[in-house]
Parts: sequence; C-alpha cells; structure tokens
Amino acid sequence: MTTMPLPLRHHLERQKTQQLIFILSVLIPVCAVFVAFMLYPMADGFYGSLTAWRAFRPGRAFIGLTNFENLFNDQAFLISLVNTFKYALFYLPGSVVLGLAAAVAIDASRRLRGLFRVTYFIPVVTSVIATSLIWNWLYQPNLGPINQILHLLGLPEQGFLRSVTQALPSVAVYALWKNLGYNMVLFSAGLSGISSSYFDAAKVDGANHWQVFRHITLPLLQPTMVFVVVTGVINTLQVFGPIYVMTGATVNDLPGGPANATMVVTLLQWLVAFKELRLGYGSAIAVVLFVIILAITLLQIRFLRQHWEY
Amino acid sequence: MEATRMPTPLASRARASTPKAVHRRRPWGRYLLWLVLGAGSILMVAPFYWTIVTSFKSQAEILRFPPTFWPASFTLAHWIGLTNLEFGSFPIFFRNSLIVACAVTGLVLLTSAMTGYIFAKFDFRLRGILFWLVLSLMMVPFSVTLIPLYVMMANLKLTNTLIAIILPQMCSPFGIFLMRQFMHSIPNELIDAARIDGASEFGIFFRIVLPLSSAALAALAIFTFVTQWDVFFWPLVIINDTNLFTLPLGLAQFRGRVNVDVGGMAAGSMIAVLPVLVVYFLAQRRFIEGIALTGLKG
Repeated sequence: MTTMPLPLRHHLERQKTQQLIFILSVLIPVCAVFVAFMLYPMADGFYGSLTAWRAFRPGRAFIGLTNFENLFNDQAFLISLVNTFKYALFYLPGSVVLGLAAAVAIDASRRLRGLFRVTYFIPVVTSVIATSLIWNWLYQPNLGPINQILHLLGLPEQGFLRSVTQALPSVAVYALWKNLGYNMVLFSAGLSGISSSYFDAAKVDGANHWQVFRHITLPLLQPTMVFVVVTGVINTLQVFGPIYVMTGATVNDLPGGPANATMVVTLLQWLVAFKELRLGYGSAIAVVLFVIILAITLLQIRFLRQHWEY
Repeated sequence: MEATRMPTPLASRARASTPKAVHRRRPWGRYLLWLVLGAGSILMVAPFYWTIVTSFKSQAEILRFPPTFWPASFTLAHWIGLTNLEFGSFPIFFRNSLIVACAVTGLVLLTSAMTGYIFAKFDFRLRGILFWLVLSLMMVPFSVTLIPLYVMMANLKLTNTLIAIILPQMCSPFGIFLMRQFMHSIPNELIDAARIDGASEFGIFFRIVLPLSSAALAALAIFTFVTQWDVFFWPLVIINDTNLFTLPLGLAQFRGRVNVDVGGMAAGSMIAVLPVLVVYFLAQRRFIEGIALTGLKG
C-alpha cells in the first residue's frame, strides 16, 4: 500500500468512504424498522406477559409469573392447546404423504406433467380467506354442495363444521386441499435434485420399486422432508384465518365453535386480547406459543437429521 | 426416475399404490395414473367452478335441489349487489387491498434488494452478527409482536389507517435472505469495473445489480404480492372502519352469512380469487417458482 502513488491512494480512500456511506444509509433505516416493529414489540410483549396489562388503562403492574400460573389452570387455554395439536395431527401426516405421492405421480405422468402441476397449484395461489369462505359454504347443511352430493347418493347428511367431532377435521381437510400443490412442488424439486446414478446403481443391484423408494428416494429427500415438516408444524400451530372464517353458524357467534371444538391458541389469544382487552394475559399466551414452536422446531430438526442420516 | 425394464411379477406388485404405478412400461398403467391425477385435478378446481357458476345464478336457482351445473339464466345481481352491502362496498375493499399489496411489495423489493446486496457484496464489521440476527427474525411468530404493535399503533393514533397495515411489513427478513443468496452469484468484477469507471455506489446498485437480479426480484414480488393480497390477522386487529377494509376483511364479514347470501359470498370470493388466477395463468412457471422459492429457505 505504501508504494502506491498518492492520487490512487486518495481515490481508494474516497471510494471507501463512499461505500461506508452507502452501507450506513441502507442499514440504518432497515435496522430501525426491524427494531421498531419487531425487536421492540417482542421485548415489550415478553415484559407485558409478566404484568397486569389491560387495554385503555394507563400503567401495568408487574405481577411476575401470575399470568402463566393462571394460564395452566385455565380450562379454555388447555382446550385450545389440545385443539391446536389435534389440528396439526389431522393435517400434517396427510399433507406429507399426499404431497409426496402427488410429486412422485406427477413427475411420472410425462406429457401431462405440466398440466397437472399447474392445476394442483391453483389453490396455493388463491386467497386463504376466499377459499375458506367457499369451503365454509361447501360444508353447510342443506344448501352446502357436499351435503347435496351425499343426499343425491342416498347417504346421511353430515354436520361437518356444525359438529363438535367433525369441525376440526373438516378445517384440516380444507388445509390439505389448499396446500397439496405447495408440498407437491417442494417434493418435486427435491426429487429432481437426486442424481440418477443412484437409481441406476440400484437397478444394477436388482432392487424393486419399493426398495428404491424406501432406501434411496426417501433418505435422499430428507432435507426436503425436514423443511416440509418443520414449516408445516410452524404454520399449523399458528392457524387463524381459516378457523376464523369457517366457524360460527351466525354472524353473532364468535369463532372457535361449536362448543370450543375449534378454539385454537391464536384464536384464543385474539379473543383474550381484543375482545376481553386483557393484553398481559394475551401476551402470556403468545409467549407460550413461541416457546412451543421454538422447542418443536429444534427437536424436529435434530430428530429428522438423525433419523435419516446416511 | 426412468421407466425401468422390470420383470413382470415385480411390476404387477408395484401396481397397488399410485406413486409406484408409474414405472411400468405398459401404457395403460400410465392411463390409470392419468385417471387418478385427473380425478385429483377435478377436486382441485371444482370448488372454484361451483363458486363462479353459483355467483351467476338467481336466488331461486341457488335454492333449487338438485342443483344445476350451469345457470339456467345468467344474472349479475349478486355481483352488482357487492357494491352496496350492509358492511361496505367491494370496489372500496378492492382498492384498499391493491394499495396495501402494491405498497408493501414495492417497499419489500427495495429494502430486500439493497440490504441483500450489502450482505452479499460488502465486508464490514458486525456483518455476520447482523445477518444472523435478521435470519433469526424469520422464526418469530406474529402472535408475539401482535399486542405490543397494536398498542404502539394506538399510541401513534394510527389505528384505522392503511399506513398501519403497511408500515410494520415494509422490511422482510426472508426477502433479505433471498436477495443475498441470489446476489452472491453476481461477479465481483462487474461491480469493481463500474467503480473504476467512477460510478457511484447507488449508481452501481440501480444500474448494474438490480437489472441482473430481475429473476429473484420477480419471484420475491410474486410471493410478497400474493401474501399481502391475502393478509388478514393484522388488518383484522388494526382496522374496523369499513371504508378501510381490505378484501379479506370484507370477505370475512360473510362468515355466518354464507347460508343467507350464497350468491354474494360466491361473487365476493371470486373478486379476491380471479385477479390472482389470471396473472397465474399468464405466468405459471414464474408463479410456481416464485412461491416454491420460499422452500429453499431450509
């Protein structure tokens, strides 16, 4: 550096300052946005969960872990936890199996592959709220098309969203329909990333289709599998829109019915915070949800990695 | 996954399940596969078909049983009715949704591209920590920030404004990550050459880096727009003036009214669905890639 002619050194220094100005003029506003709308609210929410915090009332007294103690004695909260996990169990296994099956089948369908891909992806690009509303109608008694079809086939009418036992599975079936194309495309990308030399080698060794699928395709799809399952869990544990739109028989019914059968954690948080105005208690629910999601994500990544390690 | 030359006994064993049924040489095996996938396709599309057909039926025909597969007489009554509902007017919802989705998409593209570029191509202290921090923000569930954000907006007197919907979403950790990954592959020589030619840093970004990133930008734009067109939870909390309702908020008003106003519900849903579908059919590949790109996070 010392041997450089003076003008060039000046030039380089000027460039360095220019670059620094550029970096700062971008990073400072972006960081400010993140701090203002994510980090600060996060910290505020964590602290708020330790206080008696109510909307439209000044001040919030620190009450330690009282909100959390109350939470785990609160029947409504426990029901919402159970429902959330039930929903994930209704939805996830089916979504992985169907997504993988669709990917394998569509990849093998040759000339019609493009057509099928585009068709199966249609529900993915359309609005969650609009499609939930459409399925709400599909499930209706009397006028609902599914019950009309059952009627035409001479089968008994089903309650679907109006039935305590069927409501949650009905929402899960809607979610399966909505997201099948998304998982299909992810698995499809995973499949095309597998080198054909593995399949050739297996063929030489005389493996049958099931053996190839079980011992080659499945293990090599592991990264895709981890991603599909982890994001699937994160999304299902936070389900809100479809349940809000699909439950409640009349305008005046709050969502979550019938008889709390579809009351999930985010819905309860919304009710507690914005209908009952208990902001501290609502924050505590959010903290519990956050911890659960974090724990499950870390566990899953570890478990799935180990399980299919090559 | 080429079709294999399998001995027949194995091949017939494989017929049992659909995914396996594909490897056989006999063409009727493939026809069976097409049939199954075709049935699935009908399931995917049928709800939309039924909705759009219903939106053109008269109230009397909607109530008829057995239902008709094609409107006996077309009526636009339900579509016109959307302009004057007891809970507002769909043209206004549409306009609000368009404002929110366009504003957020534009802002996210700009902030993601610039921040991604800086993380990809500049060396500075704290870069590693900052990038890790941004990535970890992707893990934060919205529930955690929801209540404090609401209180903040209330204190700023911003409840019941579209700004309140747009502001918290203008920077996207995922967008930054996506753009950084993409811009990594832009050759440093190009950027250095421009510097030697005396181009300013902003000039390099807007004239060289941005045009080279158009594929990633298109994907991010599609992903962001589709997500924002549908954003529901936050607007539900922050907006209660029907003149500021977005389409999802307006549509949600039909919950509990589905049985009463089937035609209006059907037409309203189609207003939210059709614009996205039209663009989707015009640019299917881009669309599928754009949304599936989120799958590359892991």
